[in-house]
Amino acid sequence: MTAKIALKDLTKSFGSKHVLRGITLDVGKSESLVVIGGSGTGKSVLLKCILGLIKPDGGSIQIDGQPASIKSLESFGMLFQGAALFDSMPVWQNVAFRLLRGPSKLPRKEAREIAIAKLQRVGLPPETADLYPSELSGGMQKRAGLARAIAAEPQIIFFDEPTTGLDPIMSGVINDLISEIVSEMGATTITITHDMSSVRAIATHVAMLHRGHIHWHGPVGDLDTAQDPHLRQFISGAAQGPIETLR
Amino acid sequence: MILFAPFGALGRTTLSLLASIGQVALFALSALRHLVTPPIYLREIAQQFLTIGWLSLPVVGLTALFTGGALALQIYAGGARFNAEAVVPQIVAIGITRELGPVLGGLMVAGRVASAIAAEIATMKVTEQIDALRTLSTDPMKYLTVPRLIAATLSLPILVAVGDSIGIFGGYLVSTTRLGFNEAAYLSNTTGFLETWDVTSGLLKGAAFGFIVALMGCFHGMNSGRGARGVGRATTQAVVSASILILAANYLLTEAFFSA
Ligand SMILES: Nc1ncnc2c1ncn2[C@@H]1O[C@H](COP(=O)(O)OP(=O)(O)O)[C@@H](O)[C@H]1O
Ligand SMILES: [Mg+2]
Repeated sequence: MTAKIALKDLTKSFGSKHVLRGITLDVGKSESLVVIGGSGTGKSVLLKCILGLIKPDGGSIQIDGQPASIKSLESFGMLFQGAALFDSMPVWQNVAFRLLRGPSKLPRKEAREIAIAKLQRVGLPPETADLYPSELSGGMQKRAGLARAIAAEPQIIFFDEPTTGLDPIMSGVINDLISEIVSEMGATTITITHDMSSVRAIATHVAMLHRGHIHWHGPVGDLDTAQDPHLRQFISGAAQGPIETLR
Repeated sequence: MILFAPFGALGRTTLSLLASIGQVALFALSALRHLVTPPIYLREIAQQFLTIGWLSLPVVGLTALFTGGALALQIYAGGARFNAEAVVPQIVAIGITRELGPVLGGLMVAGRVASAIAAEIATMKVTEQIDALRTLSTDPMKYLTVPRLIAATLSLPILVAVGDSIGIFGGYLVSTTRLGFNEAAYLSNTTGFLETWDVTSGLLKGAAFGFIVALMGCFHGMNSGRGARGVGRATTQAVVSASILILAANYLLTEAFFSA
């Protein structure tokens, strides 16, 4: 069986800064991979390479066994770290963005109904549809971003730090939403986080990014028995260990 | 060694200037390529006509009104030195339509619109909204740049035409109330003297300036640095480069029209 997403020897540098130094990683269909790693280790860069927003220096990216292309974007959904809602348009037009344009364009009324249904799915009342993103709280913006990511029923969804900046209760709500929606849709997902509660709620598989390589990769069930010292330090959050910290 | 430092700095500045000219040219070519290939976002174009064209009317109108009035006084003062006060209507008309209407209109729109475009697009870049557009299968060049270029290029000539009329009216107002010109004679002197080319050459300049304004706004917005500092720098650079390019283009176009 071919992997849904297959990365091979992916490399990316910014100037003399080598962020990705050869990432090889397979994500199977309907898998929920969570990528963990410290801040600035290149997790967002990795996602943006797969999305085609950043051109990698070397290596290959395959989606369903085919090289990734501009076409693959049609099957992707993405929730950005800061939600990245378009602040020039009301929430429902954000959610329905893809449905209002492009090849699979729907009539406005129909697109609006779908948008409101998606907003309800992520726990936002219909009244939020006509608000502007700046009128929403951080947690509501994340929910609206989630609704936009799933609006066109993508097969592959990416989540960049879905719970960063939220209080623990709201984080729990977003984690639960993500895992419910993902299993409902049968989508393949890659989630970036450094929040271990997200890992436990969302992951079927975990990969740890460290110094530009995949340091550890395995099913979530192996996480607690894994002996790797880097992984152990990350999970326990200890300041002492093989991962150097700046103090 | 220290003696040669200025030459090194000059060389680096020249190289980086040439590099940015190249970047702007490539950006413009890519924008034009996107302009002629579908999809076309009509809703965005209409929206931009409103924000760039319609909402600039007060600024351009007021600028023209005051300039027309001041111009009439100056020409009267200058003309009086060789008993040629009577040329006020003609010189006001030609000065406004050929030169001041388009140039001042372009500069005012550069201040109002190039900065707004650059700030908006740079903020969208910093907050990952441009990335979000791409992931929603929408090309930012088509969705953001093309509508602004179209709207600015087409609405500036209209703004200039309105500005021309208001500018001439400003001259008329001052001349008839302050300088004792006869109303009917002023108007017939203006209309009888102006040639079509006086007006259309100004409108053509307006179109070129509109293109420059939108191009600089979009270019600096799309290439902004990261963070709030990046947004600020992009905004400043958009206004400064648009203004300088407008003045340079104005000279080149005038020279071309002059020789033609
Ligand atoms: N467009 C860019 N230009 C230059 N450097 C970048 C760019 N994007 C990311 N980086 C650098 O790459 C490194 C990894 O960034 P990122 O992937 O955002 O980290 P994180 O793992 O926290 O998501 C950081 O040091 C960042 O400064
Ligand atoms: Mg990140």
